[in-house]
Amino acid sequence: MAEVTLIEAVRLAALQEMRRDPRVWVLGEDVARGGLFGQYGGFLDEFGAQRVVSTPISESTIMGAGLGAALVGTRPIIEMRIFDFVMCAMDELVNQIAKIRYMFGGQAKPAVVVRMPHGIWRNSAAQHSQMLESWFTHIPGVVVAVPATPGDAAGLLVHAIRSDDPVLFFDPKNLFPRKGEIADTIAPIPFGEARRMHEGDDVTIVTWSAGVPVVEDAVATLAARGIAADALDLRTLWPWDEATVAASAASTRRLLVVHEAVTTGGFGAEIVARVTERLGPGALRGVARVGQPRVPVPFSPPLEDALKPDATKVITAVEALMRA
Amino acid sequence: MGSGGDNRARLLALYATMCRIRAFEETALAAHRAGEIPGPLHVSIGQEGVAAGVCINLRADDRITSNHRGHGHALAKGAGLQGMMEELFGRAGGHCGGKGGSMHIADFSVGMLGANGVVAGGIPIAVGAAQGLRLLGSSAIVCCFFGDGAINRGPFLEGLNWAALYELPVLFVCEDNGVAAFTRAESVTAGAGVLGRAEALGVPAASVDGNDAVLVDETAARLIAEVRGGSGPRLLHASTYRLTGHTSTDPAHWREAGEVETARMQEPILRLRARLLAEGASMKALDTIEGDARAEMSAARAAALAAPWPDLATAWDDVQDDGALQGVA
Repeated sequence: MAEVTLIEAVRLAALQEMRRDPRVWVLGEDVARGGLFGQYGGFLDEFGAQRVVSTPISESTIMGAGLGAALVGTRPIIEMRIFDFVMCAMDELVNQIAKIRYMFGGQAKPAVVVRMPHGIWRNSAAQHSQMLESWFTHIPGVVVAVPATPGDAAGLLVHAIRSDDPVLFFDPKNLFPRKGEIADTIAPIPFGEARRMHEGDDVTIVTWSAGVPVVEDAVATLAARGIAADALDLRTLWPWDEATVAASAASTRRLLVVHEAVTTGGFGAEIVARVTERLGPGALRGVARVGQPRVPVPFSPPLEDALKPDATKVITAVEALMRA
Repeated sequence: MGSGGDNRARLLALYATMCRIRAFEETALAAHRAGEIPGPLHVSIGQEGVAAGVCINLRADDRITSNHRGHGHALAKGAGLQGMMEELFGRAGGHCGGKGGSMHIADFSVGMLGANGVVAGGIPIAVGAAQGLRLLGSSAIVCCFFGDGAINRGPFLEGLNWAALYELPVLFVCEDNGVAAFTRAESVTAGAGVLGRAEALGVPAASVDGNDAVLVDETAARLIAEVRGGSGPRLLHASTYRLTGHTSTDPAHWREAGEVETARMQEPILRLRARLLAEGASMKALDTIEGDARAEMSAARAAALAAPWPDLATAWDDVQDDGALQGVA
């Protein structure tokens, strides 16, 4: 066991898998220089330029070439640099990667991992801060992974690289310095299993990615005020751990979803809808969501902070639910 | 290319491939009009010289990517006929189990990595396939078919730059029928066109009359030898003419009077037939090739019409492994 930062944990996970399987390789801008965040540091020296391919700023072809290489039997890690640039590769991702297995009747399994560091980070403004993970849960054919801790990020990345599904892996930019334990040999973490962050009987709080530290802070304060939250980190949004969330909500009868993404059309809406369908009308005394308002992420620090979900907003929402 | 008898055999092989493509698509059009084939159908009638002339130079382990007008490329690469016909009919025995249809025919068993419903969609896939093959130590190459409309999309510019940069074994084939859907390609393409763009991106290119299947064969043979030899990508620009509308339901009334009639005199099957006859081939032999192709396709149509529909349970198959059925119940 070692305590490492999240960014070091995902570096070690990819390193382990590239050592394990010579078909795994990485392509993207600046990856031979270690990647924008150092997540591929040392890879070029160990694996060479055929397996660590720095590319032109050609997102369509980074994505599409990764697919083509998967179709002949390699297992590419497609690095998008930051999430927002995937919009330049949407045809290749949505029309090609997500469809090709189904459309071709199972002749090909596009075993790619698309890494997209996302979220609000260092006042990067509207084109470098987005959290659009809910879009991708709407697209049949892909896995959506949204880890928040070093151990989860490493284990989910190992599973993603070994999976035959296309996995959209949302590296949480703002959580890269967070520290946690990882094993010397990183075991894969299956998709669709939530991690219980805190046990409690009063309210169910569901979150993921950058929402996790926000909820951790809120839960500690709530505990001091005598409110025990059952807090769940989903870790993946497709598949997602509906059974665990529903069981918790059935017990607490209060459900709050916290995500950094815009609330409108966010995955919180799906969670609330599914839990309600499953438990039936009247099962819950209250539901609520905390997320961004439907506004682009502003640059100026006080503006950015004002709109971002934080512990205070979560606590306010929980206290309102407790009155329900 | 060989000479004498070898040459005759090669020309006959080109002729037979073109006749099969023509017969396949005419049969499919008839079946579509009869309501046997659903959905859109894009045929390449008049363009067969390009598919035949290029693919005769490919090895079994070479890969191709194709576009929405891809029946000819698939047949020329050796895709199973019955699987193709049944795919058009949406039947269980189609190459894609009836889930793809005409625009998404793929036959990975012969290196046909798929037609594509998005213009230029196959280009990034082709360059990546070449990169992957090299990583795996394969000597196979990738041939990427697209139309004149594709050269105005970003992936064309990105993909050629990429292939040249990494010196990938790719033959790009621009099958230029002069029309992007309903619009004359020249009216929406500035500058030097595909040749100038390829050369600007460091991809040596050659232009041929795509309706001369023999010339396509000779030029493709030279370019593919260069690609196989490790010289990096090449581009073949083949001019041709689409004798039909964009889809099976497009009458193409926007064409000038007499245009199609004039073009029909230059279509590739007629031309190779005239050449073979002039070189002493027997009319009977050529008629037999054509007749056999038609008979083969008629039989495939009849078999497809009688073939079973997909089991409804297969609608749920091959979405993804993890979470495929979540939320269904």
